[in-house]
Amino acid sequence: MAVVSCPECGADVEVGDDAIVGEIIVCPECGAELEVTGLDPVAVVLAAEVEEDWGE
Amino acid sequence: MRIGVLVSRVRVEEKYLVQALEARNVDFELIDVRQVVFDLQAADEWQQYDVILDRCVSHSQAVSVLQVLGSWGIPCVNTADVVQVCGDKVSTSLALVASGVPTPQTRVAFTPEAALEAIEEMGYPVVLKPAVGSWGRLLAKINDRDAAEAIIEHKSTLGSYQHSIFYIQQYIDKPGQDIRTFVVGDETICGITRTSAHWITNTARGGQSGVCPITPEIDRLSRAAAQAVGGGVVAVDLMETRDGQMLVNEVNHTMEFRNSIEPTGVDIPGKIIDYVFQVGEGVPVGGNGRARAEVTTVAGGQA
Repeated sequence: MAVVSCPECGADVEVGDDAIVGEIIVCPECGAELEVTGLDPVAVVLAAEVEEDWGE
Repeated sequence: MRIGVLVSRVRVEEKYLVQALEARNVDFELIDVRQVVFDLQAADEWQQYDVILDRCVSHSQAVSVLQVLGSWGIPCVNTADVVQVCGDKVSTSLALVASGVPTPQTRVAFTPEAALEAIEEMGYPVVLKPAVGSWGRLLAKINDRDAAEAIIEHKSTLGSYQHSIFYIQQYIDKPGQDIRTFVVGDETICGITRTSAHWITNTARGGQSGVCPITPEIDRLSRAAAQAVGGGVVAVDLMETRDGQMLVNEVNHTMEFRNSIEPTGVDIPGKIIDYVFQVGEGVPVGGNGRARAEVTTVAGGQA
């Protein structure tokens, strides 16, 4: 389990050992969606905003 | 067997699919479409994949990427054609109507005046939907002429050109819930009810999921709807009117299923991967199965 700093609010965010690059996690403090961009070392950025043609 | 999984946002569903791939010891690679550059004169590097599973969250990107890969003869789940039809509600409705699948009354208009005329003719309430969009976003239930005029003006003024294609649907007074079924190939593998006090029942909008028994009618309509859009792996949204008529509302090509595994007890990601594997092997299956002349099997491991 790695801990990174939320780029939005600075809170500690835990990233599980089974994380995948591209995975979306949510900051427990501010609710920002974060995208895992690296695993060694673990890194996150603010995830892209939902776009109009996104969906299922 | 080498499987390419197109992603742009790894949600819970994609993690489940990865786990299913790992459990089957399949050689696979996650491909981030945001980093893909196609050289349209150089297909060779993509021939390493026996089959592609599309999990792109962007409809327009998915259609384009799958068109390229499909044109190079790489089997895709789902195909570009299926994704295009499912991702555009006008195309979906056309496909359902052409196949005789019961679906709500729908009209399409291209100017505010024509849209208002169509709504008045249909009678209130009606539902106005963006032709492209998902998760229950930007749906408008229009109860009277005042609302119709306001929403049409807003869409014309504030929206992109796509919002000037007015997709107008009969409002179905469904009794607090609708049904979503999951079709993989020729099989309706399971279904859920989506219950909400709100008229929008999408789980992305707070609808609660429960198990839905697959009756012969639900099975028949689900498979017919899947076949109408070209087959493959799809989720079919059905609504039952108060007088008991079952209608197919939408068909989803990259469905989310995180809330459907527990109530149904069905291993949805496992079923999807098994299907993808069959398509990659050229096994004749409903929908996307396209036999390939040669199939290369890569032993074990994963990318």
